[in-house]
Amino acid sequence: MLENPWLSIGKPEQRIDAVEKAAGTVRYTADYSVPGLLHAKLATSTQAHAKIKAIDVSEAWKVPGVRAIVTGKMFPYHIGPILADRPPLAFEKVRYYGEPLAIVVADQEYMAKQAAQLIHVKYEPLPVVNSAREAFQTDAPLIHENSGKYMKIISNVYPVQGTNIGSHIKIRKGDFITAWENCDIKIKQTFSFNLSDHAALEPRCTRVEINPAGKVVVHSTTQSPFTIKKVLNQFFNIDVGNIIVHVPLIGGAFGGKGTVQLEPLAYLASKAVGGRMVKLEFTREEDLITAPGHIGLEATIALGANKAGKLMAGQYTYLIDSGAYTDQAAGITRAMALDCTGPYDIPNVWCDSYCMYTNHPYATSFRGYAHPELTFAVERTMDKLAHKLKLDPVELRKINAIKPGNSSPTSAVLNANNLGDVEKCIDQAKKLIDWDQGERLETADGKVKAKGISTFWKTSTTATNAQSGAVLKFEADGSVNLNCAAIELGQGSKTILAQMVAERLKMDIKKVHVTMEVNTQSDPHQWRTVASSTTFLAGRAVMNACDDAISQLKRTASIALQCSMEDLEVGGGRVYLKPSPEYGVKIQDIALGYKYPNGHAVEGQVVGHGRYIQRHLTPMDKDTGFGKPGPWWSVGTQAVEVEWDPADCSYKILKAVTVLDGGKIINPMTATQQMRGGMYLGLSFASQEGFIFDQNGTVLNPQLRTYQMVRFGEQPAEYIVDFIETPAADGPFGARGIGEYGVIGMAGALANALSTAAQVELNHLPLLPELIWKTRKESQA
Amino acid sequence: MITNGTGKTVVRLHVNGEASDVMICSADTLLQTLREQLGLTGAKRACENGDCGACTVLINGEPMHSCLCLTIETINQPITTIESLRDSAIQQKFIEKWAIQCGFCTPGFILNCQALLNKHPDADDETIEEWLQSNLCRCTGYQEIKEAVKSLLPKGSAS
Amino acid sequence: MIPFDFEYYRPESVTEAVKTYEILATQDKKVLFYSGGTEFITFSRLNQLDAEAIIDLKGIPDCHQLELQGEHLVIGAAVSLNKITESQLFPLLGQTVRKVADHTSRNKITIGGNILSRFIYREGVLPLLLTEAKVKLAGSSGERVVPLKVVFDKQMNISPEQFLIHIQVPKAFLNLPFVSIKKTRMSKVGYPIVSIAALVKDKKIRAALSGVCEYPFRSPDIEAALNDTSLSKEEKIDKALGQLPEAIIDDLQASRDYREFLLKNTLLETIEALEATQT
Repeated sequence: MLENPWLSIGKPEQRIDAVEKAAGTVRYTADYSVPGLLHAKLATSTQAHAKIKAIDVSEAWKVPGVRAIVTGKMFPYHIGPILADRPPLAFEKVRYYGEPLAIVVADQEYMAKQAAQLIHVKYEPLPVVNSAREAFQTDAPLIHENSGKYMKIISNVYPVQGTNIGSHIKIRKGDFITAWENCDIKIKQTFSFNLSDHAALEPRCTRVEINPAGKVVVHSTTQSPFTIKKVLNQFFNIDVGNIIVHVPLIGGAFGGKGTVQLEPLAYLASKAVGGRMVKLEFTREEDLITAPGHIGLEATIALGANKAGKLMAGQYTYLIDSGAYTDQAAGITRAMALDCTGPYDIPNVWCDSYCMYTNHPYATSFRGYAHPELTFAVERTMDKLAHKLKLDPVELRKINAIKPGNSSPTSAVLNANNLGDVEKCIDQAKKLIDWDQGERLETADGKVKAKGISTFWKTSTTATNAQSGAVLKFEADGSVNLNCAAIELGQGSKTILAQMVAERLKMDIKKVHVTMEVNTQSDPHQWRTVASSTTFLAGRAVMNACDDAISQLKRTASIALQCSMEDLEVGGGRVYLKPSPEYGVKIQDIALGYKYPNGHAVEGQVVGHGRYIQRHLTPMDKDTGFGKPGPWWSVGTQAVEVEWDPADCSYKILKAVTVLDGGKIINPMTATQQMRGGMYLGLSFASQEGFIFDQNGTVLNPQLRTYQMVRFGEQPAEYIVDFIETPAADGPFGARGIGEYGVIGMAGALANALSTAAQVELNHLPLLPELIWKTRKESQA
Repeated sequence: MITNGTGKTVVRLHVNGEASDVMICSADTLLQTLREQLGLTGAKRACENGDCGACTVLINGEPMHSCLCLTIETINQPITTIESLRDSAIQQKFIEKWAIQCGFCTPGFILNCQALLNKHPDADDETIEEWLQSNLCRCTGYQEIKEAVKSLLPKGSAS
Repeated sequence: MIPFDFEYYRPESVTEAVKTYEILATQDKKVLFYSGGTEFITFSRLNQLDAEAIIDLKGIPDCHQLELQGEHLVIGAAVSLNKITESQLFPLLGQTVRKVADHTSRNKITIGGNILSRFIYREGVLPLLLTEAKVKLAGSSGERVVPLKVVFDKQMNISPEQFLIHIQVPKAFLNLPFVSIKKTRMSKVGYPIVSIAALVKDKKIRAALSGVCEYPFRSPDIEAALNDTSLSKEEKIDKALGQLPEAIIDDLQASRDYREFLLKNTLLETIEALEATQT
């Protein structure tokens, strides 16, 4: 075997989208326009909970250029990805501030905006449910009177009629009650934070037209083009084959573009104007509050251990603030249960995860899908337990680190292939943060340097039949085009897939051309681009397509070279004889079939196709949670060092560390980008972000000026990223998913560091200096 | 006196070294005009409130939020957009230093960095921070962007 | 996007601006003077402001002055905040306005616009309140120069037909020892919880505050407290806190209690920093 000089896996190959992005020439969804395009604007609710008595559109119609006005009465049905509980346009009642009430379609955007402002709505206010805790009270006002009647789109969602519980997921593992009684040390803590937002720089945007032949053509900022097809089919009775979704590059998503909201609205708008193309582009304000955001949470965790610090029993109660509708929060409720313990071996687990309706903007998936949130609560509790046990927090984590042979809370069996090495991650992170130099140090100028650590895991909770496909088409110059419906949203997936093609076909990566845009008509089906699943699912499909292409290349070459396929090898742009590599044929001479000297031709274009579908995943048992929810668990440890100023409680983040075991790392630089970016997002969420509601459920900070996030210069002075590469046997080249993981442990690590610094228990987010000040004041009182 | 009534008028802008006639209303922002009339979509519409920097262009060499400029205010003033910085050193550095993920904030950042480099070829960390705090990025965590700009400054050892 | 249209005028002299206003007023149009325009654009986009005509003052050379003239520093109303900072002619003002919004916005925001802002902060006025500044106003009755304190009480109290041409700051105040501190919720770019501009003149501290109450202010009573040599630093601050013109605000940026805590800290920092300049 010759050494492969076209090795690409494990190399920091430059991103294939970087040149165009630097030039500013990439066209995102909102960057396209055509003459005749109509513009849609929403009229949205100014109340968080109210009956709609009347919607008066007569003034709006008087604005010149208005072509249509659509209200909820025209589509009085509910849609949703898990539980169909959300009307695209509110009818009968509104359930959150900013909820869409009507769409105006006009020739120009300003006309639509003028008209939308002239839509007058008469409300009858209802009592507002302003937190998950309030929603949980037995006498709470009901947000959905008939949740029991909503259609379930997937299994594992359990609304409780007559309550604000949109879903309730249970884990009952071992014998918690008996084990709890026998624990030597017990603690119980409660944690909370409000809803927040993804705030991707690109606001959501879509264009929809319905052509005279009945084809519905959608262009959108989406992570889920095939879900758009499903939704338009399920709820609008359009044949799946008649729906075409185009997705250009996406300007950041973080889970926020995984669900379907704008497309049905734009479809209704287009339908109202005879199918003409209608563009619906959200303003930043709409993108923050009308579009779904990031869940809020109230978590109560009870941990019991023996004197040596071995965890014996854990009880987890999660009240998820899903806002007005369940959307993906119903799935997050499930995800929060199935990994509820964090990466610790706990034999007896009791978990109740509730998806609570409130009168807040609704929530959807957010990078990490339940894990940054549960990890904050779990890791704070672990620190608290360590203090109670007088154990080093790092040591407590090591004692309890989950290992091959243990099982997950849903009793899924863990082994060396499907689980990363938790202990190695802890050790490496401990080293990189200089843990042994001291957890808390007072500096000469009166400040405090403190460290916090957080360990985490996450499985990729996809649909049990989640899948991906890939097509490789060869060109006459021997280069290859890859088509795959994985969306490029900044994470670098297309580059990773190109590397896999180059490595598998042993060809120069410059000869691998990847179609950046997605077109559901020409690309094979892909579940979605979420859940850190693309490297794994699309990667396996791409490898499969490569193998198919290799066998076709060998077949054509075997004709050209007059030998058997078994004797051939593909590499370096050639197909050659294994025993005599100098004897072979160039791929360019067989890419479009082989032509004999006499002009006769055989075989034709090499078109490799491949596919992959999740194997052996199951839903969870309703009563115990038993099941296999995901293919593997990537694990990691993160740490943060802060410098805190006792004078005013302000702080700086000096250092942030991530050590991740995501299996084989395909591209160390894009992987590092993902970790740093995730760390930033997690730290920004933990330190500053969150919606502020008044008593009426109105969002008081629906702009980037008041919805504040970490800006340049406020990021950690140092990001340290390292990988432990325990290969996943069934991952492509041994890779697991990594996309979401940089976020997961950050809130826990930061809260632990600041709690250590300020010597108080910081159990709420965001960790503003004011919160620290207030907590200190209360603890001194 | 420059005046403009209501309704559409043709005015001449000076964008990327070329004179371009555009049809505008007084109410049109420069961001709208660049994107909708000139097809210069490198300037992004992301907050229209001066909070994020994604629409940054240079006017007279100074970075400006084009969402906070009326087009009519900018006539007779040289405007530079990302489209004219093709193959610039700062663009190369953004690529080399892995300062790009989704790419949506990139044009605004690059233009702001270019103006900074022009005006303060010896910028220190404080100046870099002051200037670049005007731009939000949700993907990178800023480290690579800092490395990109510092690599073009004499004082800049990438850190 | 601004959902309504309007007429735009960019006069090239003060007289032309005044005349333009008068003509538009006779047509019963709602007219606004426009300087940097950042607030006009953002509020208009949200339908919280409208106008039928705007008069852009940036075409008037008198509004662009930034130079020493005789015994005064003259700062035109249309001078951008960054230009003031970069000029280093009045470091206290330069450092105070450097904390407003973000650097890119400060290329557009003008000192006139900041002082006449609809927001409660108007931090650009703080140094001016300390320095016996005068303002030159224009209107139908002609141009006049008046002490800032005559027209500024909580906000600029000038009629809609008047506009600010420039500000005059006596030279004697330009290079006094000073402090400029802004405290925010977390990110440096953000509205102030407490913003202070202070200087020492004739061994007395002068201080003006923004972000604490609903308007920027300078208080003789607070200054008296801060300059009361019979008191310790802590006593000075406690006394000063008792002299606030109204209750401390409670809003998105901070609670009343935390704001009070930061105000105390800020006053202490201010006293200490200014004391350090006197030794």
